[in-house]
Amino acid sequence: MEEKALEEGSSEPVLIERILAGEKDLFHDLIRPYERGAFLLAYSILRNQDDAEETVQQAMVKIFSHLAQLTKREKFKQWAMRVTENEAKMYRRKRRQHLYESIDQSSTEASEERPFYPKQFADWRDLPSDVVEQKEVREAVAKALAELPDIYREVFVLRDMQHLDVAETGEALGLGESAVKTRLHRARLMLRESLTPLLAKPRPSIWERWKGSNPWLAAKR
Amino acid sequence: MVSCKTIVAHLSEYVDGDSTVEMRQKIEKHLRGCRRCSAVYDSTRKMLVITGDERVFEVPTGFSERLHGFLDKLISGPEVQ
Repeated sequence: MEEKALEEGSSEPVLIERILAGEKDLFHDLIRPYERGAFLLAYSILRNQDDAEETVQQAMVKIFSHLAQLTKREKFKQWAMRVTENEAKMYRRKRRQHLYESIDQSSTEASEERPFYPKQFADWRDLPSDVVEQKEVREAVAKALAELPDIYREVFVLRDMQHLDVAETGEALGLGESAVKTRLHRARLMLRESLTPLLAKPRPSIWERWKGSNPWLAAKR
Repeated sequence: MVSCKTIVAHLSEYVDGDSTVEMRQKIEKHLRGCRRCSAVYDSTRKMLVITGDERVFEVPTGFSERLHGFLDKLISGPEVQ
């Protein structure tokens, strides 16, 4: 029955309307499509699963309690991501007070003017589809993302990981489309650069190259 | 001949299919003849496949259950303002 109710009035503005009118249980359905993305966004900023989980919960408190103030209800996704992002940054600031001077502070100061030019030109190997399930790949991606300055990472996470379009990404971050494109471009080049050492084709060792060109060894095999 | 710098600067829009026809032709011509730029292009695409795959980030076991349990408490709490 709940399924049926959902089909009839499941567009986000309608869901929000109904939640505000008292069907509060529908909040579960409203956020379900975004909970994973919210976690990812928080995790990319905090790099700690427990902190990210707590952040998502706190963000949900804000989203729930400020739902009535959202005037553009068709922009719920963008707004929810923005709330989550702010919550994660606030959490990071709080956490920093317990640390020595932050390591990533310098990297958050970004030089947007100078174009980024690649330094690594190695070919990447062919990647099987389950490469994303390899622990070292996951860790490398998380690390590379966390090392990106905020202004690049936030655009990348929304656009290339959560697949928002350029306009939606801009709305979520309060940026114009050209800023989204410029930052996205740089984020991609920087990530590609960081991941190249792990994912480049291995260069054959001297021994292997010699073996390959040695007819006697080749014949023996 | 378009420089490698120009190609790299326009690579993102090319990857997204947003290049002008003219730029796209220039890029494709350049990529055929330039090993370095084609390595950058190819690896950028591979990188996007990896990062765009939702499996690359693991959500902790029980995350969704805990979140919705938390929401239950939140929802039954004070009124929405």
